[in-house]
Amino acid sequence: MGGNSMQFGIFSVGDLTVDPTDGAIPTENEKLKALVTIAKKVEDIGGDVFAVGEHHDSGFVPGAISTLHAFIAAQTERIILSTSIAHITTNDPVKMAEDYATLQHLSDGRADLVLGRGNTGQVYPWFGKDPSKGVELTIENYQLLRRLWDEDVVNWEGRFRTPLQGFTSIPRPLDGVSPFVWHGSIRTPEVAEIAAYYGDGYFANNIFWPKEHYIRLINFYRQRYEHYGHGTPEQAIVGLGGQFFMRRNSQDAVNEFRPYFDNAPVYGHGPSLEDFQAQTPLVVGSPQEVIEKTLAFADYFGDYQRQMFLVDHAGLPLKTVLEQLDLLGEILPTLRAEFDARRPAGVPDAPTHANRVAARDAALAKADA
Amino acid sequence: MTTVVAITAGLSETSSTRLLADRLVESLGRQAADVSVEVVTLRELAHDVVDATLTGFASPRLQDVLDMVTAADGLIVATPIYKASYPGLFKSFFDVMDTDAVIGKPVLLAATAGTARHSLAIDHSLRPLFAYLQALVVPTGVFASTHDWGSEGAPALEQRIERATGELASLLAGTGTGRSRDDEFDLFSETFRSIAEGPKA
Repeated sequence: MGGNSMQFGIFSVGDLTVDPTDGAIPTENEKLKALVTIAKKVEDIGGDVFAVGEHHDSGFVPGAISTLHAFIAAQTERIILSTSIAHITTNDPVKMAEDYATLQHLSDGRADLVLGRGNTGQVYPWFGKDPSKGVELTIENYQLLRRLWDEDVVNWEGRFRTPLQGFTSIPRPLDGVSPFVWHGSIRTPEVAEIAAYYGDGYFANNIFWPKEHYIRLINFYRQRYEHYGHGTPEQAIVGLGGQFFMRRNSQDAVNEFRPYFDNAPVYGHGPSLEDFQAQTPLVVGSPQEVIEKTLAFADYFGDYQRQMFLVDHAGLPLKTVLEQLDLLGEILPTLRAEFDARRPAGVPDAPTHANRVAARDAALAKADA
Repeated sequence: MTTVVAITAGLSETSSTRLLADRLVESLGRQAADVSVEVVTLRELAHDVVDATLTGFASPRLQDVLDMVTAADGLIVATPIYKASYPGLFKSFFDVMDTDAVIGKPVLLAATAGTARHSLAIDHSLRPLFAYLQALVVPTGVFASTHDWGSEGAPALEQRIERATGELASLLAGTGTGRSRDDEFDLFSETFRSIAEGPKA
């Protein structure tokens, strides 16, 4: 599992979007099963990570990610199962600690988490929370989640839930090392600050907006990571999103993707595909074009640890998504080799359960000596 | 050198709104020393403005204009009045601009309409918008309906133009309110703010 200096994977938001070319829309059952199929395909093509974003709005299916991931874990051997993102604001940290520790055990250490605030204000009251308290909930809930995993017995008191006295969350993390945590945000610098404070990873979704925005966020995180004494800015753990549509022939990719682009949620009915490609990380073209645009990310954001791609959105049928993954599998060896060739010594490898247990053991041995 | 951006939201070519803006620019040039004026025609940026409202970020050419407005010492703003207020494109342009882009800037408001019945639109529609944006609006607004372009109204329009640009020139020559978007600048909050607001739109 993992073990690569850089991890590549697929992230999905699990949206139920009409295919604009034929009007088809998957049922919830079909979409959930499609996510399982896509996850297994990620493993087949030599990918490292599959992540799903928590949503509770109608039009999406991933409301219960640890359940979905446990089902996928039972049918895969190698890939890391992650989130993109899981809501640290509206979920009870005690339940999260137990759900994801359970997933970590059952998957033999293949669970990690990208945490974030969530993207819609209406979700908060559905879970009994005040939408105006997003940042405060993020800070308090994560501090509690961290303690529940790092400390066997927790006495805790905060503003947003009842106090805990002598509480032990179960199961304890596998091998005494919690799932690795990334923090994801699109516009909340406090989230980058939290990632830096704890020495956790930072994930920038890197889709829909120009790279300059994400450069500001990532540089801010890297500077604050150093400020809090976790290492140099280059040693901070960065993950990125990305978005591609590939065909062997560039023009075929453009022609096939255009109706999906023109009608897509988020950017549809706005700028042209050409302008959007020029102004955001989206790349629609040949495998070589996808390789070139992806490799350039390291020039903008610094050498980084995880590259995720969004491919199953905007109503693209499962068959097309799986074809996209076959093409991704073909370019993965090149991407790995090129990223490794440019990576300076001292840039840490992508986090896995195995290398985090080894790092913990090495630190303990050093402390004993 | 003092820089002024004149924003004209006339939607037709040729437009009386553009004509009014040109008159204001010419008058300001006579009354203010060492002023350079750039004229921005929103019609040419119409698609970019709508795209930015959908995507949340500005195209490079719209961003250039937004940067120019943010950097300017003062603004002349001229819009037609449709259905008792400014058209959607005019509002959308200010919707995609940074909230603090024109804080403390002297702004001259001008409007055109097909009928004199829209004559209070500057005071009822435009002033509240620029009050929200914390701009320093000059006391005289310049409204021109079809009537004002005719021989009967023309002298009065000419007087209003001269008075308004005189007020703007006076503010530009002084220190205005002494406020700007750089108020309370410090490195940390500046970094925070630029990130929190997303791409400059």
